[in-house]
Amino acid sequence: MSAPLISVDGLGKRYRIRHEQAQRYTALRDVIAQKAAAPLRWFRSGAPPAAPAEEDFWALKDVAFTVREGEVLGIIGRNGAGKSTLLKILSRITEPTEGRVVLRGRAASLLEVGTGFHPELTGRENIFLNGSILGMSRAEITAKFDEIVAFAGTERFLDTPVKRYSSGMYVRLAFAVAAHLEPEILIIDEVLAVGDAEFQQKCLGKMGEVARSGRTVLFVSHQLATVENLCHTGLLLDGGRVQTIGAVRDVIAAYSAGSAPLTRESFATRADRRGNGAIRFVDAAVLDAEKRPRGAFVSGASSVFELRLQNTTGEPVRAVHVSVGIENAMGQRVTTWSTSYAGGDFRSVPSGEFVVDIHLPRLALLPGSYQYYLFTTVNGDVADWLLPAGSFEVEAGDYYGTGQLPGPRDGIFISDHAITLTH
Amino acid sequence: MHLVIEPGLASANYWRDLWRYRELLYFLAWRDLAVRYKQTAIGVVWALLRPALTMVVFVLFRRLVGIDRGGVPDALLVLAAVLPWQFFANALSESSASLINNTNLISKVYFPRLIVPIAAVFTAFVDFLITVGLLAVVMAWQGFAPGWTLLALPLFVALTFVLSTGLGLFLAALNVEYRDFRYVVPFVIQVGLFISPIAFSSANVPERWHGLYFLNPMVGIIDGFRWSILGGRTPIDPASLGSSIAITAAAAVAGVWYFRRMERHFADVI
Repeated sequence: MSAPLISVDGLGKRYRIRHEQAQRYTALRDVIAQKAAAPLRWFRSGAPPAAPAEEDFWALKDVAFTVREGEVLGIIGRNGAGKSTLLKILSRITEPTEGRVVLRGRAASLLEVGTGFHPELTGRENIFLNGSILGMSRAEITAKFDEIVAFAGTERFLDTPVKRYSSGMYVRLAFAVAAHLEPEILIIDEVLAVGDAEFQQKCLGKMGEVARSGRTVLFVSHQLATVENLCHTGLLLDGGRVQTIGAVRDVIAAYSAGSAPLTRESFATRADRRGNGAIRFVDAAVLDAEKRPRGAFVSGASSVFELRLQNTTGEPVRAVHVSVGIENAMGQRVTTWSTSYAGGDFRSVPSGEFVVDIHLPRLALLPGSYQYYLFTTVNGDVADWLLPAGSFEVEAGDYYGTGQLPGPRDGIFISDHAITLTH
Repeated sequence: MHLVIEPGLASANYWRDLWRYRELLYFLAWRDLAVRYKQTAIGVVWALLRPALTMVVFVLFRRLVGIDRGGVPDALLVLAAVLPWQFFANALSESSASLINNTNLISKVYFPRLIVPIAAVFTAFVDFLITVGLLAVVMAWQGFAPGWTLLALPLFVALTFVLSTGLGLFLAALNVEYRDFRYVVPFVIQVGLFISPIAFSSANVPERWHGLYFLNPMVGIIDGFRWSILGGRTPIDPASLGSSIAITAAAAVAGVWYFRRMERHFADVI
């Protein structure tokens, strides 16, 4: 057997986290102020100044794996597990702190759709610009130009500035350029989470084609179904370390098992609750639109928050109100899902167990951790009240359908908006 | 192809990659120009208007103050200095801001980062070439024929190019780490405009100040431009030229060295 196409050995990446500093960048004035103040402090306290408040954070540690030629490896893990850092190192955007990677072949990476697209330039111009940013030569782009345009289906708008494109067209064109890179190793991050369903199918088809043609693909995604479809092997990252590596089914199973408490949070044994207990919350689960269990919500994705409740009275009860309050990590109430707002309180619920599904089309929560409160009343009397009941994660997703994922720094909520320019 | 990624090893294929990505240099410079001309109403005229107006202001200034005119038309004397100065100033401000302006590229794609500031210098160079056309027009209007000294002009253009690239690389890398430098650059350019021989000539500077005066690398370059364009009718002090060449070489070496040293952290801090 030939040598592996990718071998990763003892890979680690350390970030320095500065405390007391909200900005990502340093301002010279701060450095000068700190340096100037240091001797003064030393003079006053009579001791050398303490080291500045810095903390090491290992985004990746002791990561080792190999990928053979023609293998399609899916990398999964929660937010902050180190997936992006791993991809950034493999794409040479950032250097590792320790360890070693050997790539035996031309690698191209696609961490974002449409990197470097300029809104003022036309579709044609952007194809050349983006292609060259992704490492294609002008001759290569010219040779594949027609194919790219046909794949994107934007022939008529080639000479229109892309700022006038619909977001769907924009994403299609951007993916089309990237899909026509022909490297031996292709590194892809989440790009399939964009565009409409039909185009996603097309992209999946193209990726399958790439994989079948014997090229090696590294693929990071939150969409477990896609990973399972596309990849032979899987790698589960957790806290910057490789948790499991092997056949994709096993890895996905390990991931789902690991996230079980999040997938279905049980309240059966909880004592910290109020209310008369006529109805009690049994458990809650994060599901996708097809009601398959998910480890976490995804911004912009259609999801279902499923609540199982138990009517303990032994007979149907009337006038049942159910609500879920959502708080972000800062303890701010972000939103409330309530039968009062959606469809009205239930006139009647049966005795025994019943299920309440909260349907969330295009979930408008930013990535992050959230706590939820559960509250139910029967005939106006509090039946069950859990504060807080549990927590869930929201992962970054393509809420706006533009390929630009809103992030945790964007504020506390997502709002639909359109921006126009008037001369 | 065989590629090893290790701490501190990014340099192994660096110069080969730089060559491989040379087309990206062209595309980035082209993008900046294309976008600028699409977003402005009079497009290319801006490239001419700024040096032309600067020239008019400084010619008026010379007349008002009564600076000795010598044997050369004022308009040409000033324009021959405005040309390299504006090239230097544009190249420096654009290249020093270039990394910050291309944050999305730097955090999402690998390529030798040197390309970004150098492409910005090329953009400024295109503007410079346009203003050379303005110079030709003014020369024809004044009925002024250049001499054989014009052959030396590419040397001085190259000096300006290398000097602004070297300083630009240095400032671009500093700008990523310390955003204060975006306030420093306009200030440096503003001061430079007054301590460089644009409104005046080096001949107006008392000899005892020359040691200090020649520390400004643009002095030798601007005097060189004047000497070359005006057919040797203005003097050039070999000491100022030597100082310019030495400082340019030092700036280029230090700029590339510092940039390469900081480059590996760009994606982490930008």
